[in-house]
Amino acid sequence: MNTELNREIILENATHPENRETVDNPQYIKVNSNNESCIDNIDLYIKFDNDKITSLKFDGEACAISTASTSIMTKLLINKTIDEVLDLCDKFKDLINHEENDFENLGEAVCFSEIYKQQNRRHCALLPWIGIKKAIEEYQNRKS
Amino acid sequence: MLDVRKDFPMLKQDIIYFDNAATTFKPQCVIDAMSDYYENYSANAHRGDYDISYKVDLAVENTREKVKKLINARFNEEIIFTPGATSGLNDVVNGFFANLLDVNDEVLITQSEHASNVLPWFRLAALNKCQVRNIDLNANYKVTIENVLKAITPNTKVISLAHITNVIGDIRPIKEICKIAHERNIFVVVDASQSIPHMKVDVQDLDCDFLVFAVHKMCGPTGLGILYGKKELLESLDPINLGGGMNESFDSPNEIKLKSLPLRLEAGTQNIAAIIGLSAAIDYLLNIGFDNIYKKEKELKDYLISKLSHLSHIDIINYNSESGIVTFNVKGVFSQDVAYYLNKYNICVRAGNHCAKILKQAIGDTNTVRVSLYFYNTKKEIDDLVELLSDLDKIRKEMI
Repeated sequence: MNTELNREIILENATHPENRETVDNPQYIKVNSNNESCIDNIDLYIKFDNDKITSLKFDGEACAISTASTSIMTKLLINKTIDEVLDLCDKFKDLINHEENDFENLGEAVCFSEIYKQQNRRHCALLPWIGIKKAIEEYQNRKS
Repeated sequence: MLDVRKDFPMLKQDIIYFDNAATTFKPQCVIDAMSDYYENYSANAHRGDYDISYKVDLAVENTREKVKKLINARFNEEIIFTPGATSGLNDVVNGFFANLLDVNDEVLITQSEHASNVLPWFRLAALNKCQVRNIDLNANYKVTIENVLKAITPNTKVISLAHITNVIGDIRPIKEICKIAHERNIFVVVDASQSIPHMKVDVQDLDCDFLVFAVHKMCGPTGLGILYGKKELLESLDPINLGGGMNESFDSPNEIKLKSLPLRLEAGTQNIAAIIGLSAAIDYLLNIGFDNIYKKEKELKDYLISKLSHLSHIDIINYNSESGIVTFNVKGVFSQDVAYYLNKYNICVRAGNHCAKILKQAIGDTNTVRVSLYFYNTKKEIDDLVELLSDLDKIRKEMI
């Protein structure tokens, strides 16, 4: 994917994010993901059914990179099983850190393939993915 | 003003630095003074049996004397070296007020205080040792005497305020507040970290009871702060740290004899290099003159405000502040994205809540962009900044 197209995808998702709404429903698990070194602060709302994400929303204050990354992540992970989500988490982390992996299943999220060049923004892109792992942990703790 | 830019090695880089409220650059003379200590008389203090240690003792005590003169304290014993302003505030809260206050006693702060002037009081309140209340800010987010009077109750025991706030940049009327407070037997604690580097501060004229500041915001090194207290109050401040250098004798838990001020409050080896650096920083600033420094910053600040106010997509939060701090937002762009955008052009500004997390309740914006000026900034630098901020489409396009 070329750089200009990547930028367009990021900007479109930053300015018109999808799945952005506050949820007040006990069927959802709410997790907060914030960035210690900057000011991004995102709440994720995740509904799991039979080890699958069936609904995923977010809200909060965050920079363009974090907002776009969260918007793209929510679209990607709906209807994915926990195993699939964890696999995508690992792949996205490798993408951000410029490691070798197969990034085909990441879909639109590969638009962050060049973020490694901006060291101080890598964490912004990773922020929602850290949140989703926390949510899976909480879901599994509740089950057990 | 003298050609000061050549004095700062950091200014030889191709960057524009507008984050002086976070920390300032250091002139070569400060760096040299510290290197001289490490290279030529790198001994500990209070070991006067040999020459180089005696030289350290003299350097430390000479710096104390310089700080005393700088803030016009009465006695050298009123000047305590601390690791920073935060440490000084914690010493005052936990070593003095924790022993004095009771559950119903009130501490007055404001919503625009830095975390270091909020959290120590919050913890004291959580331990049921006081109540923390706010003095309301006015429409310009300033502290007025009227609102101070309104906030005071018969239970008020302490007013603890920044002299200049780090987000709004307003200069508080500390002298008048001290007068009102002392008529009612209320103590006044002042965080002068944002005022000392920029203007003449006279503790006897203000008549504050305690005052703290950080040295790294005034061209000095990191890791050092000053705690000033009226001598009779410092006498009853319990040291938070016990150890070497502050005791006279200790034979058993009940037979500990401590040294007198100021050493009683300076346990352990002090940050000697930083103290020596501070001495050079004070000389440097006095040579330029605080009147010149304040005048230059005000001129730059007014210039920046006049330029920014022509841009309809810029919301300036603090039009009317008297210091060199300008806080704003670009409409529709998250503050951090503005900072990242400017960073692409080697301009350093701060985005965020600036450690004043309860201020959002007052100004409505959680996060802002802050430009904080110092005397070594220039109108040309401001022109470069304003040019980059003038094109909203460019900001939006290049913010990622």
